Amino acid sequence: MDRTDPAPAPEGEAVCVVRDLVKTYPATRGRRGAPAVPEVCATDHIDLDVRGGEIFGLLGPNGAGKSTLVRQLTGLMRPDSGSVRLLGHDVVRHPERAARLLAYLGQESTALDELTVSLAAETTARLRGLDAPAARAQRDAVLDELGLGPLASRPLKKLSGGQRRLACFATALVGRRPLLVLDEPTTGMDPVARRAVWAAVDRRRAEEGTTVLLVTHNVIEAETVLDRVAVLEQGRVIACDTPSGLKAHVAHEVRLDLLWRERPPLDVPEVAALRDSAAESGRRWVLRLAPDEARAAVAAVTGGSAFAALDDFTLATPSLEDVYLALGGSGTGLVKT
Amino acid sequence: MTGGPATPTTDRRAPAPGRAAHGTGPGMSTTARTAAPRAVAAPAALAPRARLLPALAAVYRAQLSRARVARIPLLFVATFQSVGIMILMRGVVDGGTEAHAVVAGSSVLVVAFVALNLLAQYFGQLRAGGGLDHYATLPVPPAAVVLGAAGAYASFTVPGTLVTALVGCVLFQLPLAQLWVLIAVIPLAGAALSGLGAALGLLAPRPELATLLGQLGMSAALLLGVLPPERLPALLVLARDLLPSTYGVEAFARTFAPHPDWAAVLVDLGVCAGVGVVSLTLATWAYRRAAVR
Repeated sequence: MDRTDPAPAPEGEAVCVVRDLVKTYPATRGRRGAPAVPEVCATDHIDLDVRGGEIFGLLGPNGAGKSTLVRQLTGLMRPDSGSVRLLGHDVVRHPERAARLLAYLGQESTALDELTVSLAAETTARLRGLDAPAARAQRDAVLDELGLGPLASRPLKKLSGGQRRLACFATALVGRRPLLVLDEPTTGMDPVARRAVWAAVDRRRAEEGTTVLLVTHNVIEAETVLDRVAVLEQGRVIACDTPSGLKAHVAHEVRLDLLWRERPPLDVPEVAALRDSAAESGRRWVLRLAPDEARAAVAAVTGGSAFAALDDFTLATPSLEDVYLALGGSGTGLVKT
Repeated sequence: MTGGPATPTTDRRAPAPGRAAHGTGPGMSTTARTAAPRAVAAPAALAPRARLLPALAAVYRAQLSRARVARIPLLFVATFQSVGIMILMRGVVDGGTEAHAVVAGSSVLVVAFVALNLLAQYFGQLRAGGGLDHYATLPVPPAAVVLGAAGAYASFTVPGTLVTALVGCVLFQLPLAQLWVLIAVIPLAGAALSGLGAALGLLAPRPELATLLGQLGMSAALLLGVLPPERLPALLVLARDLLPSTYGVEAFARTFAPHPDWAAVLVDLGVCAGVGVVSLTLATWAYRRAAVR
C-alpha cells in the first residue's frame, strides 16, 4: 500500500497555495424567528502558502472565517473566485482530487457517532482506498498509537467529548495522506489526549514529511505547536509569520493582569491613573504596558492600601493573543487554556 | 504592508492597526520572506480512489452496525405497529383478497417505516449536521455511500417483515408456502423506498422537513397499502398507483392466490426495481449536490 500513497512534498515546497480567494455568503431576508443577515464576506481576498512538512496554523476567533477557508481548501465549498492549489493540483477546478491528497478532520462527528471506535477507523481506511487487510492493520496501529485500544469496541456516542474527538482524529490518520487538515482537533481533550495528538503529528512529520494545516482559536496551542501562523480576522489574513516572529511585534510590551477582591481602589491615585489604559471585565483589569511602566504599576498595586484590595495579579510576556489585539483583532473568542 | 506574491501576507486593504503600524509589519518579517516557497514542479501523485464495490461493502457494514446499535427499538415499533394493524383489520375484512392485501400491506409497511422514514431522517440529519463532510473528504464514489446506506436500511427490515408476514398468515389462515417471494419483495421494495427516502432526506432544505416527508411517505404507505383497494375512493386509488410501495404490496398479495399470476408478480416487482433505479440515481445526484456546497 506504500506504493500507492501519494509522495510527500519535498521539504520547503509549497503544498498549499491560495491566491486571491473570495467567498461571500449572500444576504438573507429575515423570517419569523430569524433576523435578516446582511451579505458577509467570509473569505476576503486571501493569499496563503503552506510549505511541505510544516505545521501551519489558522488562528482567529469564532466567526473569523477559518472553517470557511478550510472548507474551500478541502473541496467542500466552491469559492466565488481565486485559486487553490494542493500539491500542484487545482482544487477549485477539480474539488474531488482533494480527498485523494489530504485527510480532513472536521468539527462534526455525526457520520461516525453510532459506530464503534474500531469500526469508524476501519471504515474510514477502507473508504480512503485501502484494501481490507491494510485497513485493519492501520486501524490497529493508529488506535494503539493514540492509546484508544481500551475504547475500541465502544460507540463514539458513548464516549466523552475529548475521547470522541481523539477517535475522530484517529480516522484522519488511517490511510496516509501527505496533508492533514485539522479543524480544532483538540477541542475538549485532556492533556494526555492532546499530547497523544501532537506526538502522532510530529511522528508523521518526521517520518513521512506530512504537512499539517491546523485551525485553532487556542492561542497557547498555537504558540507551542505551530511553525507558522496566519491570523484571521473577518475573512482577512491580518498577519502571517512564526509565532515568535509575531510576538516580536509586541516585544516592547508586557501584560499585567489584576484581579481585585471587590472593587478597584480608585481612591489610590496610581490605580485611578491605570484605569484609563485597562481593559476591564468584572473584577479583572488587563493592562498592556511598557516594561518600566509595568514595574511601576506593580509597585503601586502591591504597596499600601491598593494591595489590600488586590486578590491576584500576573505579569507576563506577550502571547499571541496580545499580538492579535495589537493587530486590531476584536479580541473576543480566543481561548487560553 | 505587502511582500511579493509568494509571501503569505496581509491584505492590501487591511487597516494598518495602531500599535502594529510601527516597526516591521507582520507581512514584512524576514522569516516569512526568506522562507518563501519555491514553485511546485509537477503535481503530486494522487492516492487511489476507493473502488465502488469495496466502498459500498464498507459503508453497508458500518451502516448495518449503527442500525443495530441505534435502531433495534424502532424495528420493534415497526413490527408491533404492523401486527397491531392486522389484528384491528381482522374484524373488518372477511378473508379472500382483502385479507391478502392486509397481510401484504402490513409486511411492506415495515419496509416503508425503516427504509423510507428512518433513512430520510438519517440523511436529513447527516446533511444538516455536517456529517456529509466526512464522506465528501474521502475518495469514495457517491453511489457507494447512498447504496450502502440504502442497502443496510433495507436489510434491517428483513426480520420485522418476516415476523409480520408470518403472524399475518397465521391470523388470516393464509398459506405459508409462497412466503419465499419475500426474498424478491424485500430487496426490490427496499430499493424503491430507501432510494425515495434517501432522495427526500438529501433534497429537503431542512432536517425537520426531511423527517416530515419521511413520515408522510410512511403514512401514505400505511393508508394506501394496508387498506384493501376495493374500499378506496377513486382519487386515492390513483394515489395508490403512484406510490412505489404499492407494487411491492401487490406482488406479495398476488402470491396468496390459489393459482398466483406470476407474470403480474414479475411486472409489479419490475416496477419496484425501476423505481429503485430511478430513485437511487436521484439520491446519488442529491448526495453529490449536498456534499459540495
